[in-house]
Amino acid sequence: MKILVPIKRVVDYNVKVRPKADESDVDLNNVKMAINPFCEIAVEEAVRLKEAGSADEIIAITVGESVAQEQLRTALALGADKAILIETDQEPQPLGISKALKSIVERENPDLIIMGKQAIDGDNNQTGQMLAALLGYPQATFASELKVSDGKAEVTREVDGGLQTISINLPAIVTSDLRLNEPRYASLPNIMKAKQKPLETISSDELGIDLNPRISTVKVSPPPEREAGIIVESIDQLVDKLKNEAKVIS
Amino acid sequence: MTALVISEHDNSELKGATLNTVSAAQKLDDEIHLLVAGSNCNSVAESAATIEGVSKVLYVDSPEYENFLAENISLLIKNISNDYSSILAPATTNGKNFMPRVAALLDVAQISDISAVESKDTFQRPIYAGNCIATVKSADEVKVITVRTTAFDPVSSESGSAEILKLEEVNDAGISQFIKDELAESDRPELTAADVIISGGRGMQNGENFNLLEGIADKLGAAIGASRAAVDSGFVPNDYQVGQTGKIVAPNLYIAVGISGAIQHLAGMKDSKVIVAINKDEDAPIFQVADYGLVADLFTALPEMESKI
Ligand SMILES: Cc1cc2nc3c(=O)[nH]c(=O)nc-3n(C[C@H](O)[C@H](O)[C@H](O)COP(=O)(O)OP(=O)(O)OC[C@H]3O[C@@H](n4cnc5c(N)ncnc54)[C@H](O)[C@@H]3O)c2cc1C
Repeated sequence: MKILVPIKRVVDYNVKVRPKADESDVDLNNVKMAINPFCEIAVEEAVRLKEAGSADEIIAITVGESVAQEQLRTALALGADKAILIETDQEPQPLGISKALKSIVERENPDLIIMGKQAIDGDNNQTGQMLAALLGYPQATFASELKVSDGKAEVTREVDGGLQTISINLPAIVTSDLRLNEPRYASLPNIMKAKQKPLETISSDELGIDLNPRISTVKVSPPPEREAGIIVESIDQLVDKLKNEAKVIS
Repeated sequence: MTALVISEHDNSELKGATLNTVSAAQKLDDEIHLLVAGSNCNSVAESAATIEGVSKVLYVDSPEYENFLAENISLLIKNISNDYSSILAPATTNGKNFMPRVAALLDVAQISDISAVESKDTFQRPIYAGNCIATVKSADEVKVITVRTTAFDPVSSESGSAEILKLEEVNDAGISQFIKDELAESDRPELTAADVIISGGRGMQNGENFNLLEGIADKLGAAIGASRAAVDSGFVPNDYQVGQTGKIVAPNLYIAVGISGAIQHLAGMKDSKVIVAINKDEDAPIFQVADYGLVADLFTALPEMESKI
C-alpha cells in the first residue's frame, strides 16, 4: 500500500501571533516555523502503518514556497520515504492546494491519503474534504483511530456528541485529530538520513493549476481586548462578586 | 437573493446551532431556505418551518442521509444549489465535515467559521487560534460558509411559518458506510448552548475528581468542559474538549479549574461573558483573561464553593 501525506509549514504552535501595525496581515517576521502539529500526527500514522507491514511506501508532499523543504525534511526524518514540493510563490488557499494535490494523486495513485484536519494558521479545516470531493473519494475526517484491511479503512471520528465509527472504501482520505497518536521525535541518525532521501520539486506552473486566491484579506486586526480582572481573596468574595457584581448566578 | 441554510439535527430534533446560522444568513440575503436532510425526520422539518425568517423548508427524507455521511450530503446540496447566492452551515463537526466538500464540488472557496458579516462578500473570521481576526473578501459568485454559532444571536424558533417542500433526491455515493455512534448521554446542557460552564484541566489529576465539578454544575445548571490535557489523560471523553480544536463556547459564566490557559484553550472560551479562574499558580496565563481569579488549591476551593452557592 502506498500512502500520500500532504503537510503544511506553519508558525510554531507556541507562538502568539499578532497583526502587523498597519493591520495589512499577520506579523510573521522572525517567528519560528514548524510542521503543522496535525500534519505531524498524519506522518506518524503513516509510519506506524508501514512499521506494521500494512504500507510499503510513504510520500510526503507540500504546496508552498521553497523554504517548505525544511518541513518535508522533517517528514522524511520521521519516516517518509520520499517527498514532493509543489513550488509556488503565491500563498495558496485550500481549493488551489487540493487541485495541485489531485494532480499528484493521479500521478502516484496512492491507496490512502492521510493529512491533518486543520492547519493552525488559517484554521480552515477544508483541504482534506476538498481533495476528497475533487477525486470522488470517501473521507474520514477528525480521526482518532484508523484500521486498514481488505481495501477498506475503519475510522473512529471525534464528533460533537462523542465518537462515530465509519468504514470507507480505499482509495480514501483520512484527516487526523489530536488523539490519533503521539508523534515520535526524529532521532539524529534519522535526521541525517533524511538529507539523502529523494525530494522532487515541481513548479506549480508546470502543473497548470489555478492557484489564484479566491479569498483576499482586507485586514487583520487584534481580537477585542478583555478588561483586566481582579484577584479575589476567598470563595466568599468570589461568590459575592458573581451574585452581586457580575450577576451571573443567583 | 436567497440563502440556503443547512440545518443541524439528529433526525428527531432540530439543533439550536441552526438558529444561529439562520441569524448569520439574515445578514447576507433577504430570503432564506432551510434544508432538512435525513431519514425519518419529518418532525424536524415541522419544527424547521416555524423558524423566524425562513420562507421555505426543503425536506429530503431518504435512508442514505441518516448518518449525514459527507459523500452523500454533499452531492445532495450540490444538486439543489443552483438558485442560491450563499450556502451556510454551522461550524459543528457535521458542517465542517461536508461543507468543504460542497465548496469543492461547486469549484468555490469556503469561508470557514465566520464571526461577523460585513457585507454580502466580506466577513470576519478568527485565525491563529483567535489571536487575530481576519477580514476577508470572497470573489466567488456563490458563498459557501460555515458559521461560528457563538458569534450570532439565535433567531426565534417559533415565530415563522414556512412552506415545506418535499424533494425526492437520492444520492448514495456508495463509498462510505456508517458503523456506529458512541454518543455521551448526559442530562446536562450541551456545552455549546450552556449558560454556565465549569471546566477542569490537568490539575484535576484524574477522572474521579471531576465529581468535584459535578456538584457545582448541578447547582448552577452548568455544562462540564475540559482542557485537551484532561481529555488526553483520559479523565473525560473527547466531546468535553474546549479550544481551538475542540468546541468553541461563549457562556455567560465560564469557570476554569486547574487549567493553565494555553493559547489553544483560550481560543475556545475567551468570548465568554464572565470568566472565573481557580488555579494554585498565580502566574498561570488563565488569570490574564479572568474577570475573577482565585489563587487556591482546587481541592479545598471546590468543596467550599459548592457549599456556598
Ligand atoms: C495543535 C494543538 C491544538 C490544541 N488544541 C487544544 C484545545 O482545543 N483545547 C485545549 O484545552 N488545549 C489544546 N491544546 C493543548 C494546549 O496547548 C495545552 O497543552 C492544554 O490546554 C493544557 O491543558 P491544562 O491547562 O489542563 O494543563 P496544564 O497546562 O498542565 O495546566 C494545569 C494547571 O493546573 C494547575 N493546577 C495543578 N494542580 C492544581 C491544584 N491542586 N489546584 C489548582 N490548580 C492546580 C496548574 O497550576 C496548571 O496551571 C492544543 C495543542 C496543540 C499543539
